[in-house]
Amino acid sequence: MKTAQEANENKAYKEAVTELLYQLADDDFIHAFRGSEWLGLAPHIEEDVASSSISQDTMGHATMYYQLLEDLGEGDSDELAHGRKPEQRKNAIILEEVNGPGNYLKEPDFDWAFAVVRQYFYAQSKKIRIDSLKNSSYQPLADVAVKVNMELYYHLMHWRTWFSQLVNGKGEAPERMKKAIEKVCKDFDGVLTLGPNAEVMASHGLIEEEKVLKQRWENEMENVFASLGISLPELGMERGNGRKGEHTKDLDGALATLGEVYLSDPAATW
Amino acid sequence: MQMMTTKEASVKSMLQEVKDPEIDSVSVLELGMVEQVQVDDAIVHVQMLPTFMGCPALEIIRANVEKAIKQLEWVNEVKVEFIYQPPWTSERVTDIGRQKLKEFGIAPPPKQIGEDGEWHVDCPYCGSTYTTMDNIFGPTACRSILYCKGCKNPFEAMKPVSTMM
Repeated sequence: MKTAQEANENKAYKEAVTELLYQLADDDFIHAFRGSEWLGLAPHIEEDVASSSISQDTMGHATMYYQLLEDLGEGDSDELAHGRKPEQRKNAIILEEVNGPGNYLKEPDFDWAFAVVRQYFYAQSKKIRIDSLKNSSYQPLADVAVKVNMELYYHLMHWRTWFSQLVNGKGEAPERMKKAIEKVCKDFDGVLTLGPNAEVMASHGLIEEEKVLKQRWENEMENVFASLGISLPELGMERGNGRKGEHTKDLDGALATLGEVYLSDPAATW
Repeated sequence: MQMMTTKEASVKSMLQEVKDPEIDSVSVLELGMVEQVQVDDAIVHVQMLPTFMGCPALEIIRANVEKAIKQLEWVNEVKVEFIYQPPWTSERVTDIGRQKLKEFGIAPPPKQIGEDGEWHVDCPYCGSTYTTMDNIFGPTACRSILYCKGCKNPFEAMKPVSTMM
């Protein structure tokens, strides 16, 4: 399918591509927000610049996906980003989780080990997905994937470096990383799944099969883990499947903060 | 190659006046951000390529492009569209653009990247090749921060991006 118009003429195709785009958009959107909450709190100033820049890029990727949804007639992209209710969101649960106890404005006791593990795992899964999307049957999505891939290159390199250095680090770092890895793995299947309609997406050539992509992610991770002398725990989806609209209260809080300005006057130009 | 019409040429000369809001010596043309200019009587369509997607300057650039072209007497309407295909890559910066980046204190993007993804730029101030990477990520999405051990100045470089990555 070359255009949104063509996609709209085939109901089943349109539903599958829309579903996939919501997952991609919502994942990047909430992940960028949690990343941005580290601004001013990152371990050192260079990291503050780097992680903020990565979050900004990631929010830009979400913007492109929401734009593709707007082109398919789903509504205004700002409204899609800010106006949808938690149960309409398709992001994975692990991505909405708070960075730690406290909140950004009051005693943020955030965990950098958790941030690094979540960022690295996510960047690697995004890389595998984007490589597949470069060959998507929906041309506008394939074009976006080429664009995202160029920026993602730097993100993945950045988080892989942090991950290896902390796992191999001295003091409390390895132990904290181990705990963070266990925590992220418990829900990371939620990122790797494409939801109840995964097969339909694959049959329309929008993206490869879920199990193929998941296997690719696991292979990649196992190589890195083996080189660091650690092993990858079992993956799960303990708290539910975000692709089905299942979420935790952490998402409510994030959406309320994110949408505060927009929802105060949706018609305003900021 | 098609001959550029007088109208297209006048639009291009206006685009030359639109600078990157964050690097005010370099025009959007020199950065390689303009993919196509199409003139339809009094309507001008401009297709542009965003550098980095999260760049907050995109909307400012769009507004500045519209404003500049509307100064042409024969223009009634300007449509600026950001497209993703072809993707913007750092190879699109023109030779003059590269020179002007340097004058601004920003090293132009390296033309060659090693197989392992490593890249190198010389100091835009003293030309020394004795430079180190301080942070791949800089004050804007498209820039990195480096340090020159020759003249002991920190400087920025435009980050290379390519479809080969």
